[in-house]
Amino acid sequence: MQNQERTEKKIILVGNPNVGKSVVFNTLTGSYTTVSNYPGTSVEVSRGHCQVAGEDYLVLDTPGMYSMLPITEEERVARRILLEESPHVVLHVIDARNLERMLPMTLQLIEAGLPVLLLINIMDEAERVGMKIDIPLLQEKLQIPVVGGAIGRGKRGLSELREAIANYRASKATFAYAKDLEKDIQKISSLMPGRYILDKRSLTLMLLQRDEEIAQRVRDTEGGHYAAVEDAVNDIIFTRRVDLHLRISLERKRICKGLLDGVVTQQEGAQATFADRLSNWMMNPWTGIPLLLLVLYLGLYQFVGGFGAGTLVDFLEGTLFEEYLNPWVIGLCEQYIPWYWLNELLVGEYGLFTLGVRYAVAIILPIVGTFFVAFAMIEDSGYFPRLAMLVDRVFKMIGLNGRAVIPMVLGFGCDTMATVVTRTLETTRERVIATLLLALAIPCSAQMGVILGLLSGVPGALLVWMACMVGVFLLVGLLAAQVMPGERPMFYMEIPPLRLPQPQNVMIKTLTRMQWYFMEIFPLFMIASVLLWAGKLTGALQWLVEMFNPVMRLLGLPHEASAAFIFGFFRRDFGAAGLYDLQTEGLLNPVQLTVAAVTLTLFVPCVAQFLVMQKERGWRTSLMIFFMVTGMAFTVGWSLNKALMLTGILS
Amino acid sequence: MKVSDKAEEILESLWITTEEKGEDACHFERLGISPEDEGLAELIRQAFVEVNGDWVRLRKEGREEARMTVRRHRLAERLMMDILDIKGVTGDERACEFEHLLHHGVDTKICTLLNHPTTCPHGKPIPPGSCCQQARQSGDVGVVALTELKAGEHGEIAYLSATDAGKMQKLMSMGVLPGSDLVVTRTFPSYVFKVGYSEFAVDSELGREIFVRKT
Repeated sequence: MQNQERTEKKIILVGNPNVGKSVVFNTLTGSYTTVSNYPGTSVEVSRGHCQVAGEDYLVLDTPGMYSMLPITEEERVARRILLEESPHVVLHVIDARNLERMLPMTLQLIEAGLPVLLLINIMDEAERVGMKIDIPLLQEKLQIPVVGGAIGRGKRGLSELREAIANYRASKATFAYAKDLEKDIQKISSLMPGRYILDKRSLTLMLLQRDEEIAQRVRDTEGGHYAAVEDAVNDIIFTRRVDLHLRISLERKRICKGLLDGVVTQQEGAQATFADRLSNWMMNPWTGIPLLLLVLYLGLYQFVGGFGAGTLVDFLEGTLFEEYLNPWVIGLCEQYIPWYWLNELLVGEYGLFTLGVRYAVAIILPIVGTFFVAFAMIEDSGYFPRLAMLVDRVFKMIGLNGRAVIPMVLGFGCDTMATVVTRTLETTRERVIATLLLALAIPCSAQMGVILGLLSGVPGALLVWMACMVGVFLLVGLLAAQVMPGERPMFYMEIPPLRLPQPQNVMIKTLTRMQWYFMEIFPLFMIASVLLWAGKLTGALQWLVEMFNPVMRLLGLPHEASAAFIFGFFRRDFGAAGLYDLQTEGLLNPVQLTVAAVTLTLFVPCVAQFLVMQKERGWRTSLMIFFMVTGMAFTVGWSLNKALMLTGILS
Repeated sequence: MKVSDKAEEILESLWITTEEKGEDACHFERLGISPEDEGLAELIRQAFVEVNGDWVRLRKEGREEARMTVRRHRLAERLMMDILDIKGVTGDERACEFEHLLHHGVDTKICTLLNHPTTCPHGKPIPPGSCCQQARQSGDVGVVALTELKAGEHGEIAYLSATDAGKMQKLMSMGVLPGSDLVVTRTFPSYVFKVGYSEFAVDSELGREIFVRKT
């Protein structure tokens, strides 16, 4: 595999977020792709293969980047790929409507001496707003191959793209900046005799913009010559201290304006479309909040809760496992395995098959799967940036900014995955607060499925439960924002146009996430099953349960409930399922049921989430969160019990 | 005649209680002074205020002086936060010291430099001075922060103030560049604006750093 990668020609996809880059990637490679962390970083990069005109290519999809000068971790990785992978073609994907805004990045890629192929994507939407783009003229001016298309819509332009890849010949054009800037660029590049992958013009400009990573590379290559380079760079930076960044940006803009002169013609009379109006409704609090509730109701409650946790689980668990698979496997084991302990391990109460596999396949798979489908559809439609903008003010109060809405919503699917995604937040402070809130007040889909079922029989209980979750979420957020030191986060986000989700894209995103889920979480379920089995056989479980009994008494719960709490740590929804059994046996009255559900939802995250927390945030922070969440859960449970008893609500 | 710093503080509090909160007079306790206070004596001498029992009332003769004092204070706040970038409690404290220096036309200069702001950083109104009236009459719009625009208004980006180089760079690479035309589409709950066919959302902190020439 490694050898093959080295000999294969590489195509690297780059571009802003929201230009349909991943659709292009998926269309080129089909669905056989692998997603892995780029070496030494936490940023994911997709790789896939494609064949063009009989030749094999390796295709890399980089994280979205806005310019060659990286600011975020994702952009840094994207640039490092360009620096290290020696591509055959760098495919720059841009959004046709934003040609003028995105072309400066093309310019930077050409300037860096990379073999650029420009794909002007989403032509259909540009045409709809009355834009005409003269592709051959632009190609002539840029002196690189340019392809126009709408890959997401009927693969328009795909054959031209493949042809351009097959016939690619590197060419080199230079676009001149203003004379004084050119003189500075010349001055510095003449001081650098070393050999580089990137063009020296580009390196010089990045040095002038104080890029640490590039400075390090130049220092390594030049050795003794570097001192002179550094002096010259510092001198120019000081002379141009007022407006160097701006000057470079404006020069690029000027060049792009010249390039686009005669290329783009705009017809007037484009009307506000339904998408524009819908977009406005989403961002206006008066209509946006009802819309959010509608999305939650349809997506989460109906689709995930009703279809996933209801119909699908009933079929898989009730029919497939209970009626066919379980009796069959149990029968097999009893027939061929004489040892009690092994029987227990495989098909006992906490058996690998009867508990581990059944849970993972029959309960988790449909619930998490439907959630990921809903999430991918919302993600693909461009709703999240609008939601982020809508909630930014509220999130600022709890020490986060609107961007955190994405991991928070993902948490309703799987808190463990959401904890990983908190990486995308900019400051450590935000990451810690988000991790804490995910561990405490956001129930994952599996847990929520069981809790909704549990509480739906008692009128009012669901409302009390929801009020508690929202209250704790806001209260703890407010406190955390006060206590945690650090800067107030700033919010800025590009709002992409609303688009109809593409089925293929949704499918691939869902499958990738499900794959991750199974690789990372499934083994932990198995381990949890083994631990519970060992606990049962050795009596350790019984001992732990008894330890918990006094706590249960404090909460006003029967001591049978302690088992549910112990299991809750191994799997969030195990605990809830334990309560379900208690309720069907008639051991819980409405107050006890509500108190138990609230405490259990708040109670410690599952093993998997705790391990991820430890990996992402370190021992100190994760243990602190662990103890805080546990303390908080029982305090709230205790107070809720007292409050419900006192007011007589629910009894 | 210029009143002392202490007297200015009293005038300021009086203006806020009577003009902005609509009360008739202000208690000694609220003003944080004793009946023998020097500043108060000075104001009584100039017939700017009158004392009735434990209550101090702003007289008609003192109104203009009080109005201008408040104006100077809030202009000083704006200067601290917007130009000198001293925020939070330190900003408030420095503004309190600074306001007493804004006499003899310095307030006019600063007001013009700040492009005749209408509110202080805490959202309270800045009483307009004669320079503001003149600018309004001559229809001079000048350069304002993005946050001063209403939904539907157009403008050309004049400059980005650079408190955080990284974020400015990000805005620039996203295409938010001086010389580009923008139109504000929404100001609540956050600011949303369009440049070309791209739409961006920013919070008020960042919006205050994008300066726009209204068109």
